[in-house]
Amino acid sequence: MSTRPKLAGPARILVAVYAVLAIAATGRSAFQIIDRFDEAPIAFSLSAVAAVVYLLATLALAFRWDRVAWITIGFELLGVLVVGTLTLVAPDLIGLRDVPLLDRATGREGTVWALFGLGYLCVPLVLPVIGLLYLGRGRRAAAVAD
Amino acid sequence: MIDVFTVILIGASTLAGVIAVVLGLLGRKPSDVTVISLVIVELLLIAQVVIAIAAPFTGNPPTGNLGEFWIYLATACLMPPAAIAWALTDRSRWSTVVLGVGALAIAVMAYRMNQIWNIQLA
Repeated sequence: MSTRPKLAGPARILVAVYAVLAIAATGRSAFQIIDRFDEAPIAFSLSAVAAVVYLLATLALAFRWDRVAWITIGFELLGVLVVGTLTLVAPDLIGLRDVPLLDRATGREGTVWALFGLGYLCVPLVLPVIGLLYLGRGRRAAAVAD
Repeated sequence: MIDVFTVILIGASTLAGVIAVVLGLLGRKPSDVTVISLVIVELLLIAQVVIAIAAPFTGNPPTGNLGEFWIYLATACLMPPAAIAWALTDRSRWSTVVLGVGALAIAVMAYRMNQIWNIQLA
């Protein structure tokens, strides 16, 4: 790490928030899968995928693997938009038909991307946008430096 | 969980979080105030551990899943040490914000723990 240029200050906050979200999503989805996978297999699997992607994105931001960061953060934005919409308008597609609206995000079947990340104060929706803006700014700065 | 203590835990971690985020954005490096406020949150979390161990034996069992509750509580207990370690190794204003983010995350987790203990059905 010491040979790398230091991360810009605000980017460290991004890494910290990503780390918290990664830990939260990993812990919750791991527990749900071990405890009650049968109740909502699609939702819990998606949640596990989200958790892995958050871990990768955290590492990519911290170690400046820019390409990995673009892919993982872009995937997250896509995921939260698609899953957020599905949980709102077509819950039966991900096996949550009988789950009341708010419980899809905050109840025992609640997952990280459900209802656009409502169970996580919509951080999963806002964070990838900030992440992509940060990466875009870095790319422009690099282009200017060249 | 005990309602009054839950309010104290959520209130203290929210307060510690807001103070650290504001001081960090104002450009302050991690200080005694911000680091000690995280230590206080950690002490409250340890008290919560004792309460959570004792409560089921005193006629106050969780309505939701006890394992899920403990994952939240154990993770929450790890956050102040991690945030403080960050603050000790990176002496910049952004570490102060990280301390705040950690404390605010604990407030949210405490809210979820309360939901699992009192509202969620197993």
